[in-house]
Amino acid sequence: MIIDLVFFAFSGLLLLAAMGVIVSKNPVHSALFLVLSFFACSALWLLLEAEFLAITLVLVYVGAVMVLFLFVVMMLDINVAEMREGFVRYLPVGALVAVIMVAQMVWVVGDFAGDTFNGEALQQSVRHAADYSNTKELGKVLYTDYVLPFEVASLILLVAIIAAIALTMRRRSTTKYQTPDKQIQVKRNDRLRIIKMDAEVEK
Amino acid sequence: MTLDALNYAIAWPEIVLMAMACVVLVVDVFVEEKNRNFSYLLAQLTLLAVFALVATTGEETVIAYNDMFVHDSMAQTLKMFILAITFVVFVYSRDYLKERAIFKGEFYVLALFAVLGMMLMVSAANILMLYLGLELMSLCLYALVAFQRDNGNASEAAMKYFVLGAIASGMLLYGMSILYGLSGSLNIAEIATAIANSNDNRIGMSFALVFILVALAFKLGAVPFHMWVPDVYQGSPTAVTVFLGTAPKLAGFAMIMRLLVEGMGGLVNDWQMMLAILAVLSMATGNIIAIAQTNIKRMLAYSTVSHVGFILLGILSGTAEGYSAAMFYTITYALMSLGGFGMVIMMARAGFEADQLDDYKGLNQRSPWFAFLMMILMLSMAGVPPTVGFWAKLAVLQAVINIDMVWLALVAVFFSIIGVYYYLRMIKLMYFDEAEDQHPIQCGRDMQITLSGNGLLILALGLYPAGLMALCLATFG
Repeated sequence: MIIDLVFFAFSGLLLLAAMGVIVSKNPVHSALFLVLSFFACSALWLLLEAEFLAITLVLVYVGAVMVLFLFVVMMLDINVAEMREGFVRYLPVGALVAVIMVAQMVWVVGDFAGDTFNGEALQQSVRHAADYSNTKELGKVLYTDYVLPFEVASLILLVAIIAAIALTMRRRSTTKYQTPDKQIQVKRNDRLRIIKMDAEVEK
Repeated sequence: MTLDALNYAIAWPEIVLMAMACVVLVVDVFVEEKNRNFSYLLAQLTLLAVFALVATTGEETVIAYNDMFVHDSMAQTLKMFILAITFVVFVYSRDYLKERAIFKGEFYVLALFAVLGMMLMVSAANILMLYLGLELMSLCLYALVAFQRDNGNASEAAMKYFVLGAIASGMLLYGMSILYGLSGSLNIAEIATAIANSNDNRIGMSFALVFILVALAFKLGAVPFHMWVPDVYQGSPTAVTVFLGTAPKLAGFAMIMRLLVEGMGGLVNDWQMMLAILAVLSMATGNIIAIAQTNIKRMLAYSTVSHVGFILLGILSGTAEGYSAAMFYTITYALMSLGGFGMVIMMARAGFEADQLDDYKGLNQRSPWFAFLMMILMLSMAGVPPTVGFWAKLAVLQAVINIDMVWLALVAVFFSIIGVYYYLRMIKLMYFDEAEDQHPIQCGRDMQITLSGNGLLILALGLYPAGLMALCLATFG
């Protein structure tokens, strides 16, 4: 009962925040709404006893990704009015497609078509005792059963690094670099020239 | 659990490919600009070595990495073609890349990782592996499309490809998650069992199927999810287009086979009609819109869309005969497309892309041999005997007729007759028009030999299709 209440509270919050991401006019507000939806989502995962995922979501997405996101949003000068051009023009078509899709999904997911997505058809997850360590179990399967997908995921990250560098790194001839090893080997004679000259005498 | 229980040795080709791609990445940093050929040679050597490893692996089906990875005859055949085609792509693209100052090691590293992704997709026994292989391949391809970064068209193409590809991946994941929720497993064989046992819950499975099918159609470029194909083919450097239009199609075919046939084979009645709609729309749109194109890369892109329709025809028949016909079609299509874009690369030179149809006017006066090769390729794409394209279309149509869908075969024939028009127009331009451009056609000796071999292979396979046909039949026998 209480769990249901918590679930509905956080799902409602999640939906509202997700709506806020799309609806709000200011991109910074959108990003902050996204942070809120991540928090609500991680609370839902906690209810599912997926503590590790919940904490990772907050650490990685809220802590790192969204901060970067906010930086980018603040650095780019996004013209909101320009992006909204044509919104009204495309609205009827978009709304029609959305309504059809929602109706279809409600028909399938809802009870109208029989017991498709009720509790019995779906696989039930197992409830564990309080001392059960989610993180430890994840670590175990990650390096045994799922070792191949784990490695491939790391390759995908490697490719992302290579692609990012290949697409953005430029060597410009006008860029000035520091070369510390040469700088510390400088001798006095390289920098200072002592010349003999007659003393200037004021007349 | 021990290391041997993983049965890891069966993935030796993939392991070598991954290690060598990293070696190319590191070695390339230390190679001077004038010795950049070394990276190219190293990449080619890698492909040859991996090809040899795949070819010498046994025939029997082996499952490894805790049911994540499967080696079977389909995987072996498709991997060999993927590697061979990539080898030829590298040969074609070298001079093109040099002339545009994008002859860099990263091109080869990304392409090798893309090949690795394709090989993992082909060998996936688990939908998680399927998705990861697909992402590994797609990420490399997005970056390759944008590789010529000062080119506005290429950046735009990459952006479109990336956004639509991400939406497709989202669709795929959504479908997979519903499938996982209903079957309780990510393993393709276990999903098949769950579907076989779920007679009263078909609609839930079909719900998942729709999302998966949309994603597959996106990735293959079937109508109405084809919007990205012409723009991406036109916008990317031709050296990338030739890669994009060939090897990934083989991986896409394997993905359909693993997901729809092996995993969701029990739902054949559901996906048969969906695929039929996609196939008819693809053949109609592809062939009709291709007529209006003046850019050869765009024209070939729309031709791809129509060929995808034909491949889907073979798959939707739901019989072993149909699957092998679709596999035959995919392999021959990849070879034809390889030759077609190879010709575009050959005609291009520094500062000139040769991507307009008018650039091919009077090719016969400038180089009778290459005009002849191009004619073979165009006839094969149109499906005219004695080229291999004819046998590919025939096999697919036979499979469709054998399941009593004669109307579908008639529609396919109707649209391919329309399609003949724009292929023949190309031949008319080459043979009956006066050349506007009198530059001598020049390309490296390696490219000339490979391109000639590519064209002649289309003709040779058309005269002796039995070998390849038997190979495809044996795969699903």
